[in-house]
Amino acid sequence: MFAHEFIRNAFLAGTLIALACGLVGYFVVLRAQVFAGDALSHVAFTGALAAAAAGIDPRIGLFVATIAIALVLGAIGERAGADDVTIGIIFAWILGLGVFFLALISTGSGGGNGLIGARTLFGSIFGLSATDARLAAVIAAAIAAAMLTVARPLLFASVDPDVAGVRGVPVRLLGVAFLVLVGATAAEATQAVGALLLLGLLAAPAGAAHRLTANPYLALALSGALAILAMWLGLTISYLIPTLPPSTAVIAIATATYALAFLFTAPRSIAPPRLLSVISRTPARELD
Amino acid sequence: MLIPSVLAEAGPSLDLISDLRQLTTYPFMVNALAAGSIVALMAGVVGWFMVLRRQSFAGHTLSVMAFPGATGALLVGLSAPTGYFFFCGTAALLIGGAEGPDRRRNPAQASAVTGTVQAFGLACGFLFLSLYQGVLANYETLLFGTFLGITHEQVLTLAIVAAVTLACLAIAGRPLLFASVDEGVARAHGVPTRALAMGFLLLLGLAVAATAQITGALLVFALLVAPAATAQLITPRIGLSLVLTVAIGISITWVGLGLAYFYNYPVGFYITSVAFVVYVVVRVGRSAVDSPTLLHRRAQAAHAGA
Repeated sequence: MFAHEFIRNAFLAGTLIALACGLVGYFVVLRAQVFAGDALSHVAFTGALAAAAAGIDPRIGLFVATIAIALVLGAIGERAGADDVTIGIIFAWILGLGVFFLALISTGSGGGNGLIGARTLFGSIFGLSATDARLAAVIAAAIAAAMLTVARPLLFASVDPDVAGVRGVPVRLLGVAFLVLVGATAAEATQAVGALLLLGLLAAPAGAAHRLTANPYLALALSGALAILAMWLGLTISYLIPTLPPSTAVIAIATATYALAFLFTAPRSIAPPRLLSVISRTPARELD
Repeated sequence: MLIPSVLAEAGPSLDLISDLRQLTTYPFMVNALAAGSIVALMAGVVGWFMVLRRQSFAGHTLSVMAFPGATGALLVGLSAPTGYFFFCGTAALLIGGAEGPDRRRNPAQASAVTGTVQAFGLACGFLFLSLYQGVLANYETLLFGTFLGITHEQVLTLAIVAAVTLACLAIAGRPLLFASVDEGVARAHGVPTRALAMGFLLLLGLAVAATAQITGALLVFALLVAPAATAQLITPRIGLSLVLTVAIGISITWVGLGLAYFYNYPVGFYITSVAFVVYVVVRVGRSAVDSPTLLHRRAQAAHAGA
């Protein structure tokens, strides 16, 4: 299997993108912000179309649009949490804008190349060139590293923003910075492996990890590991069964993992004293 | 979809009566306006509860289930609406079932489940598309609607679906309102909150499935969320805010269709943009009204200083 170059590229980019999505996804689920992640992946689409319509590199459009909207969501949401309705309104408009740029590209003169550019941008993970794969891997690794750097204060700020604020954790700033990271992940993953894989890898492995353990650091690691596992298994199965698209295979494995975790564990409340005590390194009884 | 601008003999004259007459010259525009109004009415009322329950993510997820619904129906040779109803219904049951008895106690899990259901549904859609191997001719129509080609029969079908949906909400409205505002207290008063939550998601799925094929999945979502969110910012009074929701929904649909008729860009773009602008204006106005005036703040500062 690894004799094929496209498989090696897919595994290289796929592994690191899955790791980034798994780590970011743990916090996305903890903060109940999967909707924001979903919206940002569509922002990536609209941003790329807008850049194509304006005749600039769609990659620039992707990152500029996702990071800008992430900042907007962070700025207007309470505690940089971006509520359900605000995301919904912005989301609906972004979709409308996407339709507009699509029409602009397909009717505009000389826009044909732009449309092709925008379409190929959302190509399959099996269609990555060696350069694309290396670039995607480097960006994903940087996102994962950034995520691990802010993990501890972000955990604290997510689980108990009030106590974290009192102890000098910049809760609001962290919230905005986190949304920007989600935006960067969305931009990166959308162009390399597609918006579909991004959403699945953000939600399912993290959802499973939250069910499987109450220890936040273990859950964070588990979320990353389950995402990578789903990616490897999915890519392998898709290689063996050519009619099965790789994204469908990866999502199916991730969904199955979550379904199993869901069926065989009891629900956990979101902020058990134990969780807080692990983060803030104080005994649980002091927090009660 | 684009309305061919050649049909519009001249641009808008800014004379409302003559513009309206020009808008209703062609039967397809009459049907589009009728269908748009019915969808705006139904989506407005259902969306009012959706916004109140903070379930926009579930609403968006149910609306994109049109994709696996349409491709799945194509693959096995069933009619598209059958596929829509199957996928929207299944997704509603999965989201409602997995959310647990009290959604707001565990928002993290509700968020993860909804995201996973959406990703898996879309993944099924891609699989069906790759298995079908043919060309899905109306791929864009699926998402952005076919306002242009709406028949008289489709308008009638929409009216029936809207009547059924609104009747269900009229019956379950009061307990649903109670359960949406305070789930715990409602349950203590013997309101079947779990059944209501499930029933509401199914109703949302039904409304979305019935309208997605005509107005497009994305436009349905905009009409669900924007008018209700705007109206709920304006007034806390239930009756008034419901009336406002419907009025805003129908207005933005008409303005959007009118703009698309005179200026050659997609109707989805116009409707979502008008909805967004109206929401932003109301939200900015609201925060200006709510925030203490400059004078007020100076007085407070002086008081604190003294």
